[in-house]
Amino acid sequence: MRADNQAALAGEIFDDRPVLTVEELSRLCAVDRTFIVELVEEGVLSVTEVHGGEWRFPGAALRRARTALRLQRDLEINLPGVALALELLEQLESLRRELGLVGR
Amino acid sequence: MEFKDYYKVMGVARDATEAQIKQAYRKLARKYHPDVSKEKDAEARFKEVGEAYEVLKSPEKRAAYDQLGQGPRPGEEFRPPPDWGAGFEFSGAGGGRDQDYSDFFESLFGGAGRGPRGAHRGPDARGEDHHAKILLDLEAALTGGSRTITLRVPELDAEGRLMAKERVLNVQVPKGILAGQTIRLAGQGSSAGAKTPGDLYIEVEFQPHTLYKVDGRDLILELPVTPWEAALGATVKAPTPGGTVELKVPANAHAGTKLRLKGRGIPASTPGDLYGVMQIALPAADDDAAKAAYRTFAEALPFNPRNRLGV
Repeated sequence: MRADNQAALAGEIFDDRPVLTVEELSRLCAVDRTFIVELVEEGVLSVTEVHGGEWRFPGAALRRARTALRLQRDLEINLPGVALALELLEQLESLRRELGLVGR
Repeated sequence: MEFKDYYKVMGVARDATEAQIKQAYRKLARKYHPDVSKEKDAEARFKEVGEAYEVLKSPEKRAAYDQLGQGPRPGEEFRPPPDWGAGFEFSGAGGGRDQDYSDFFESLFGGAGRGPRGAHRGPDARGEDHHAKILLDLEAALTGGSRTITLRVPELDAEGRLMAKERVLNVQVPKGILAGQTIRLAGQGSSAGAKTPGDLYIEVEFQPHTLYKVDGRDLILELPVTPWEAALGATVKAPTPGGTVELKVPANAHAGTKLRLKGRGIPASTPGDLYGVMQIALPAADDDAAKAAYRTFAEALPFNPRNRLGV
């Protein structure tokens, strides 16, 4: 084991930058850009702004796209299924949070 | 090396059909998928199941694996037979996944069909980006600060096998990070075969905190009060991340009443709030004086809390 750097590496909160393009997102997910377009068409990802005719995504889209990719690949489900799974997971997450808040 | 009984992992018989194996995999994958499952060892189980399926779904690998029999007797070390793999052609061992397999899998199928990743790129291209997940303590988000994190990074060894290496990083956690957000460390991805290294993306989740629950930027604190504090109103002490504060409990408060401390949540340009959710704590009636006090209480306050229930 080695500590790569003595001084702490400065981390930036990625989600603060609403600037991902389709190209960047597809590179970060190691997928074809058509996959990203399909995710938008399926409503899994939403475009926050259009810049010079080009789509821009919030940084949080990275995590969502990667989760969608894993679900599709690992569970062999199609995109409408992925979209449904993500929505249900979100509902489950917020229910769990509410439950967690009411007593232990 | 530990022998892996892939049939046992998948919960199928040794003569299971391809369809049965696929069915078993689908079921287990849904159960243990780390994005879906809340099972404690979901990630490890999912990997194990994925590895078993990788072998059993391929007729060549399955046939080769079956030749090993049921594995060594208990306590015996497993070693691949010297003529292992002769006559079999394995393709696409990794299936394109960047997961690391067990030593057992690697010794049998490692190296097959898995070239060094990124080899097709020119030397001046960007290195691969890496992705990881970490569990942070809430304090890191509240105050920022450096944390040492240990990541398992898949790396190719000299023989082109994918191995998990430990990598220790000292990271300055940005103040105000929230669960579900991603920290980007520029240039900390892979530099293999590239001029410019890729970036490292770290997904953040919080460890459960002893005092606070987290809801977005807001913190929620269960605040126990006595019945008389709730009924008459009081000023009580409450912990906050910034230190103890005095909190005004209004008269006639009840269990579940939320008291808001503005701006005492997770910092941001508009910081989150801290909510004290009141819980009424009853003193135990474990001596005569306490019992007498409760009886006085009962006589002075005729009260039926079950009115609404119609009884």
